[in-house]
Amino acid sequence: MSVTTIDLNAAGLARDERGERWLFLGLCSPALLVVLLLLCLPIGWIFWLSFVDGQGGLTAENYTRIWTEGAYVAIFATTFRIAALVTGICVLIGYPVAYCLSQLPTRLANILMLCVLVPFWTSLLVRTYAWLVLLQRKGLVNTALVDLGIVEKPVPLVHNLTGTVVGMVHIMLPFLVLPLYASMKTIDGSYLRAASNLGASPPRVFWQIFFPLSLPGLMAGLVLTFILCIGFYITPAVLGGGKVQMIAQRIENSVNLYPTWGPASALGVVLLVLTVLALWLSHWGIKRWRCRVGLA
Amino acid sequence: MSNTRTLHAGHAVPVTIERLSKHYGAVRALDEVSLGVEPGEFVTLLGPSGSGKTTLLMAIAGFTRPTSGSIRIAKQEVVRLPPHKRDVGMVFQNYALFPHMTVGDNIAYPLKLRGVAREKRAAEVARVLELVHLAGYGERRVDQLSGGQRQRIALARAIVFEPRILLMDEPLSALDKQLRERMQIEIRRLHDRLGTTTISVTHDQREALTMADRVAVLHLGRLMQYEAPRALYERPANRFVAEFIGESDFLPVEVAGGTARFAGRPLALAEAPAAAGSYELLLRPEKLVLANGAAPAAGVNRFSGRLRDAVFQGESLLLTLSVEGHEIHARLPNRHLGGTTALEPGAELSLDLHAADSRLVAREVKA
Repeated sequence: MSVTTIDLNAAGLARDERGERWLFLGLCSPALLVVLLLLCLPIGWIFWLSFVDGQGGLTAENYTRIWTEGAYVAIFATTFRIAALVTGICVLIGYPVAYCLSQLPTRLANILMLCVLVPFWTSLLVRTYAWLVLLQRKGLVNTALVDLGIVEKPVPLVHNLTGTVVGMVHIMLPFLVLPLYASMKTIDGSYLRAASNLGASPPRVFWQIFFPLSLPGLMAGLVLTFILCIGFYITPAVLGGGKVQMIAQRIENSVNLYPTWGPASALGVVLLVLTVLALWLSHWGIKRWRCRVGLA
Repeated sequence: MSNTRTLHAGHAVPVTIERLSKHYGAVRALDEVSLGVEPGEFVTLLGPSGSGKTTLLMAIAGFTRPTSGSIRIAKQEVVRLPPHKRDVGMVFQNYALFPHMTVGDNIAYPLKLRGVAREKRAAEVARVLELVHLAGYGERRVDQLSGGQRQRIALARAIVFEPRILLMDEPLSALDKQLRERMQIEIRRLHDRLGTTTISVTHDQREALTMADRVAVLHLGRLMQYEAPRALYERPANRFVAEFIGESDFLPVEVAGGTARFAGRPLALAEAPAAAGSYELLLRPEKLVLANGAAPAAGVNRFSGRLRDAVFQGESLLLTLSVEGHEIHARLPNRHLGGTTALEPGAELSLDLHAADSRLVAREVKA
């Protein structure tokens, strides 16, 4: 009696569960296929190419060149410096924006959010060339500066570090603001009211309560921005005018410069490894920090 | 340090709210509410959602700016004072314990803001933790606490800086029923020990009756009645209060020539009706008793009707009786009834109401 009760419908129910699992796998399979074909395979291939010399033999020369030739190290240094600079400026500009948006009534915040999103939806190339037009010698910015008597003659704003950073900050800002805003929205207003009730003045409420609670979101946006900056190609290429070289441009140069794919592939692999390393480091850092302050 | 020390030895302050209004467009969340709280008194604001009770509490704390009116704490006008300068402790509905601080840091936060030295802070934290029966929990993280423990920590944080008054916004609503009932007693005991003037908000009438010295019943932004729990229950000022607090049925009563009549028969009442007119007789189910067949004694009103149903509810039996076309309820304690009457639907029953348990309220014209 008890045996039949336990077995009642067991086989059919187990089959239903298996069927459901296959269904989910089936739903994921197109995406899995794309990732496999267009991401995993090409990366594996580039990894392989980076170890192949002109004659088709195996070599580590492509990597040793990166370490021994000073130019490469300098380019990596420039890349990380610019990425850090752009991320830093994005934080300075983006944090107040996200803060204001998070504190405004939802309706108003949604409208203002469009101001962040509309540029985000505009083509990257369009925005980059727009900056080229604005910042050039006879562009709107220089003309205005001269006409207002702030400078005597046009200042070089483009084809240098300034132009690169201005353009990149503009492109990157939404990547910082969006995750930051999303996380700020989850900070319960009652924490701020509680702090105020306990005697904290508005600046203290911000620095002792709101800011610490917004740090996970800030870190998420910061990491996203930084990593996107490291591999950025178009904007630095156009606005830097070849004078400011970041890794992505160097990879493109290597493709044209060398007869084989090896050197460019090796640079790509190094960039990928550094990016993954940065990502891992930040995740580890956030996790440690969250554990320490009890947000885990 | 002795934990029997009273924080507010003789320092309890009065709170006076005068003609406080808060308008949101055409909506009056608070409509000319005036309320006085004696030093050391425990007052509960009770009302359904939208009654304005939370708005009133938030106005006292400084989080809602009223449209007009006055709030005085210890004779000081605070209506325009920002919340951080009001020196008012508050227990939030969701407790609002800072998730990035330990329990100890949470409690020490108001002391830190007041520049209390580290050693003194630690001692004070230990003292209030003991007061809320959570000694040794200082190092815990907030997310390691149960709901009831969070409630106590929120309370500890609100009293550690010895605020002038203590506010509580639905302090027990997130707890399960058993814990809630225990905490009601515990909070009341803590209040008696500290002596701090306390104002709490609840929609739970039992909580209000259990904890408060006086209960202010609010409805649609207006103060309906402000009295001690017993008076509120026994002598509700109007039909709203009678319905909102406890179980109630109403029978239409006409008063003429100093005599109240229901369905043409005169009623024996505790208080003589003030003026002729239409009233309603308030019937509390637990005040009705099953008639034993003999004629009603003097001062007892008898209501006879047909039993619609008898529902077993554990500690009591809830009878629904149809009397002259009106449905009334009686709650009989669950004990041997002596086989007087079969409690089967359709049976003819009589219920007795003693004159001392009677209360008339003005009849309200239904919109």
